[in-house]
Parts: sequence; structure tokens; C-alpha cells
Amino acid sequence: MNVIVCIKQVPAKIKIEIDPKTGTLASGGVDRAINPPDLYALEEGIRIKERTKGKVTVLTIGPAKADESLREAIGYGADEAILLSDPAFEGSDTWATSHVLAKAIKKSGQFDLVLCGKQSIDGETGQVGPMLAEALGVPFVSLVNKIEELGQISIKVMRMSDEGHQLIEMMLPGVINVVKEINVPRIPSLRGLMVAKKAKVPVWNAQELGIDPAVVGSAGSPTRVAKVFFPQRPGKSEMLQGNPESQVDQLLEKLRQTKAI
Amino acid sequence: MTADGLGDIWVIAEQRNGHTKAASYALIGRARKLADECQSRVAAVCLSQGVADAGQLAAFGADRVYLLDGPVPDGWNDDAYVKELVDLARRDKPGVILATSGALGLSVIPRVAVALDTGVAANCISLDYDAQNRILVQTRPAFGGSLMANVVFPNKRPQIATVRPHAFKKGEPNSARQGEMIRVDFDRRSVTAKTKLLNVVKDLTEKVRLDEAEIVVCGGRGLGKAENFGIVAELAEVLGAALGTSRPPVDDGWIPYAHQVGQTGKTVSPRLYIACGVAGAPQHLAGMQTSEIIVAINEDPKAPIFEVATYGMVGDLFKIVPLLTKKLRETRG
Ligand SMILES: Cc1cc2nc3c(=O)[nH]c(=O)nc-3n(C[C@H](O)[C@H](O)[C@H](O)COP(=O)(O)OP(=O)(O)OC[C@H]3O[C@@H](n4cnc5c(N)ncnc54)[C@H](O)[C@@H]3O)c2cc1C
Ligand SMILES: Nc1ncnc2c1ncn2[C@@H]1O[C@H](COP(=O)(O)O)[C@@H](O)[C@H]1O
Repeated sequence: MNVIVCIKQVPAKIKIEIDPKTGTLASGGVDRAINPPDLYALEEGIRIKERTKGKVTVLTIGPAKADESLREAIGYGADEAILLSDPAFEGSDTWATSHVLAKAIKKSGQFDLVLCGKQSIDGETGQVGPMLAEALGVPFVSLVNKIEELGQISIKVMRMSDEGHQLIEMMLPGVINVVKEINVPRIPSLRGLMVAKKAKVPVWNAQELGIDPAVVGSAGSPTRVAKVFFPQRPGKSEMLQGNPESQVDQLLEKLRQTKAI
Repeated sequence: MTADGLGDIWVIAEQRNGHTKAASYALIGRARKLADECQSRVAAVCLSQGVADAGQLAAFGADRVYLLDGPVPDGWNDDAYVKELVDLARRDKPGVILATSGALGLSVIPRVAVALDTGVAANCISLDYDAQNRILVQTRPAFGGSLMANVVFPNKRPQIATVRPHAFKKGEPNSARQGEMIRVDFDRRSVTAKTKLLNVVKDLTEKVRLDEAEIVVCGGRGLGKAENFGIVAELAEVLGAALGTSRPPVDDGWIPYAHQVGQTGKTVSPRLYIACGVAGAPQHLAGMQTSEIIVAINEDPKAPIFEVATYGMVGDLFKIVPLLTKKLRETRG
């Protein structure tokens, strides 16, 4: 099976700061890592490859520095990695991101299954997986927690639904996004890390992907972030004093006043 | 786009067992207010005709109610839903489409958006009309709620947003309001589904759904061991609340992953969140800090959970929680 895994490089710490001068995200000097939910997609991709004697290709859209995350993915066991990088991609929203990923997947050749993480910890939308499926014109299943069967023309997956779980058969090729329950990611092997160091990681830009720069990046994205700001905290916490009995009485009083209970 | 402010505002009314979910009613109420501000119309779109409360959707603010020739409401019909919503939107050209950020918002809505060549503002917590630019301003958290972003659609229509449960309160119905019922018949056979539901496994352990619950009681590692979860489970029971947890109890096998709140678990935004023996690590806060009222019970006065708490109680959870349960039980009979 030809498996593609989409990973995103994100700030390693989710505590972020706004540059007081420009009002934008101060991302300079922040350590970056593979989006943690994507590690489950990567692990599952590697397991599928091992079971089917296939191939795993990892894709990411990001700046030159995202190369590190792709090498890390090779260290885990991915066979190939491609960096999708172009100044034109900067500021892409989920639509533009999935547009670029779809173009890259089509260019990379024949594929059977694309795996995404449940969501990125910075963007937090969970939209890129399903949007990518639609852009590729292939089926999509969300929140997969187990792959039950890998066939030639279809796969059977268990997904988390509102009421429990559902077993779904999906025709290939297709896209799924996975939840943390699906596996326990391995630790990269020493040999893998050596391979990763020497691996060739090609970079594809907008032109090579046949992408009109006007439809991606901040200019081309359907949505635009007009402003970012820190959420207003509803004032300072109120600490309830006294012994447990009195603390509980005060709490019940407050919760009843605000009709919270 | 129509000449009026936002164009028609569609709300996807999600049903469970034939009844529209509270979050969808709340969203219709919000859409009504927006429509009044900009002289637009509201339509509720039901993906199924077997809707018992279609009339109520008008009472809560819908001018029109679309009843799509829908499949079983609780099943798996993503491919049909996408096709039907796209066809209908192409025909009637809404300016705005709103849905809740649950199951549909994580699969059907983004696919509909791409098919309509537009984007999605996901997991919003507020929606406002910018009269000057005649656009919708959607506010959504990012970076685990430590940052807020205003998202706009400069050109593309429809403007599509998914909204977190409890972002808006369910309003009061006005039974004098009448809505136009529009039945839409689609040829189901024309949809060649590439996915098929083979089996459903119901999970009965979770009585109240975590991400939809109005109240969440959360037990952290401070509970010490699996058996002690009974203490928080009892509190949840008297409050009709869902039971949440932090990551360590899941890692240690005290409670299933489905209950985990946080960066790698569920994101919840209830009216009331009661954290018992939870330290308040950033990864946990990421999943709950947009809750309306946060109560923290922790013996360590320096625990970071107190920084986001509305009401903090420094003390032993093994004393405080059972007392709280007892007093609630007494008053509720
Ligand atoms: C990549 C990554 C993802 C993660 N994702 C998540 C996630 O999704 N959700 C999540 O929750 N965590 C997540 N974590 C873990 C997170 O960093 C914290 O370790 C975790 O939230 C701590 O859980 P806790 O507060 O229950 O436990 P602890 O940190 O052990 O805190 C227990 C608290 O209970 C208090 N306590 C103890 N006994 C009592 C008592 N008798 N009465 C009152 N208070 C008492 C203590 O003072 C302490 O503050 C993640 C971590 C990483 C690295
Ligand atoms: N820049 C990117 N490059 C590659 N994959 C991405 C990128 N952004 C998002 N993804 C994938 O889409 C998933 C959902 O991301 P999001 O929609 O941002 O929450 C992630 O878990 C990744 O698998």
C-alpha cells in the first residue's frame, strides 16, 4: 500500500506570546516539533507499510525549518519525505493548506491511503483532513481509532461516533484522520536516525506544484485572520475561604445565584 | 451574494432520535438576531424529514425550514449529506452556513465548503455582524484557548462557520412565529457512496456526552486510585453532569480515554466545569479553559488551575467533594 502521512510542524510549547509592537504572534526563537496528534497518523502509516510491504511518504507544508520534522519522521520509519515550501504558501488557511496538499499528492503519483492527525495544536480546526479528501475527490472517514482490515480495494475502520463506535468500509483511495487511541507510537531507532540524517528531502514550490500563487497564502485563502488577541479572563479567581463546610456553602450559594445549577 | 447584509443564513439543524439538538436551537436563536440586524432571512436545514419538532424550529427563529429527504438520522451518511447540502446551496445560494462543531462539523461541513469553493471558520465561540463591511466576524480560540482570533471571509461566499456547543444559550420560543416548510426531494440513488456503515457499537458507559454536557465534573490524578473515581462520579450523577478526567488517570487505566479532556483528548466548553484534584497543566487547560464557570478544588494553593478558576477552593477533595454531593442531594431530594 502507498501511504501518505500529512504532518505539521508546530510550536513545541502551546504557551505563546503576542508581539506587543505588531500585535501578531511572536514565533521567533520558539522550538518547533511535529504536531503531537500527527505522530499517531505517522505510526499507523508505518504499521500499514510494514503489514503490506508498502511505502510511507510524509508531506508537510512549512518553512525551510520544517525539514527537521520530516527528517524526524524518516527516523521513525517513513521512506520518503517532501517539503512543500514557498513564500506564497505563508498565511494559508485550511482551504489553501488542503489545496496545496492535494496538488502535492496528485504529483507524487499513485496513492492508496492518506492519514492526517485529528487536529493541529496551534490551528485547532481538524478541517484539513476532510477538506483534503474533497479536494482529491476521494472518500473520508473521521476519528478512526482502529484499522480492522486492509484490503486491495477497500479498508474497514472503526471510528469514534457520538454514541460509541462505528465500523465503516471505505473504498480506496481515501483519506482518514486518526485519534490517539489508535496506537502507541514507537521511539525512533538509532539506525532510523542515521538514515534520516542522510536522507534527501526534496522541496516543491508553487511553480513545481502547478499552483497559482494567487489562490493560496494569506492573499488567496477564503478566510482571513483579521485580529488576534488574548481572551479576557472574567476577572481574578475568587478563593472561597473557611473550612470545607463553609467553602461548600459559599460555592452552592454562588452557583445558584448565577443559575449555573 | 444578495444585496442585503449577509444573504440567507442557514443553520444545519442536527437531530438525534428525531429531535433537534439544543445546540442547534441555540444557533438558530443567534442566527435570528444576526438576521434582524442585517435584514436577512434564517433557514433551518434538517437533513432528515422524520423531524418531530420542525414547527419548533420556526418558533425559535427560522423563517424557512428545509426538510431534506434524509436517511436514518443517527447513521452514517456523510456522502449523501455532502451531496445534498452542496446541491441545495448551489440552488438557493445562502450567504452564511452555520453548524455545530460536532461530528458534522468535523467531516461533512469542511467537505461541503471545498465543494462550494469556500472556507470554514471552525470551532467559533462568537459570531457578530460587521455592518460596515457587511460581513460576519467569527471569533475562535487557537493555541488551546490561550489566544483568540477574529476570522472573516473577505470575498468568498457562503461564509461557513462551525460553532462550539454552549457558545450560545438556547432562547425562548415564540409560538406565534410561523415558518415556511420546504421539502426537498433528492434522488438518493444518484449518490454513489464510497463509504458504508457496517456495524454500530454503542458505548453505554458514558451516560452524558462529554462534549455536549452543560456541566462537567473532572477528576484528576489527585484522586489517587481508580476506586476513588466513585467520589466524582457521584457528584456528576447528582448534577446530571458528564464525567471528565485528565491524562494520567487514562494512562494508568483508571478510566477510558473517551473521558479525557485536553490537548490530546476532548475539548469541552460547558457552562460549569468542576475540576477535582487537577493541577491545571497547559495541555489540560487547552481542553477546558473556555468553560463559562470553572470551579477548582485542589489542596495546593499554587496549583495553576486556580489561575483560570472562577471559584477556587483550597482543600482536600476527599472532604469537599462528598460534602458538596451530600448538600446537593439534600436540596434536590
Ligand atoms: C503532548 C502532551 C499531551 C498531553 N495531553 C493532555 C491532555 O489531553 N489532557 C490532560 O489532562 N493532560 C495532558 N497532558 C499531561 C499534562 O501535561 C499533565 O501531566 C496532566 O494534565 C496532569 O494531570 P493531573 O492534573 O490530573 O495530575 P497532577 O499533575 O499529578 O496533579 C494532581 C493534582 O491534584 C492535587 N491533589 C492531590 N491530592 C489531592 C487531594 N486529596 N485533594 C485535593 N487536591 C489534591 C495536587 O495538588 C495536584 O495539583 C499532556 C502532556 C503532553 C506532553
Ligand atoms: N501545514 C501542514 N502540512 C501538512 N499537513 C498539515 C498541515 N496543516 C495541517 N495538516 C494536517 O491536517 C491535520 C489537521 O490540522 P488542522 O486542520 O490544522 O487542525 C493535521 O493533524 C495534519 O495531519
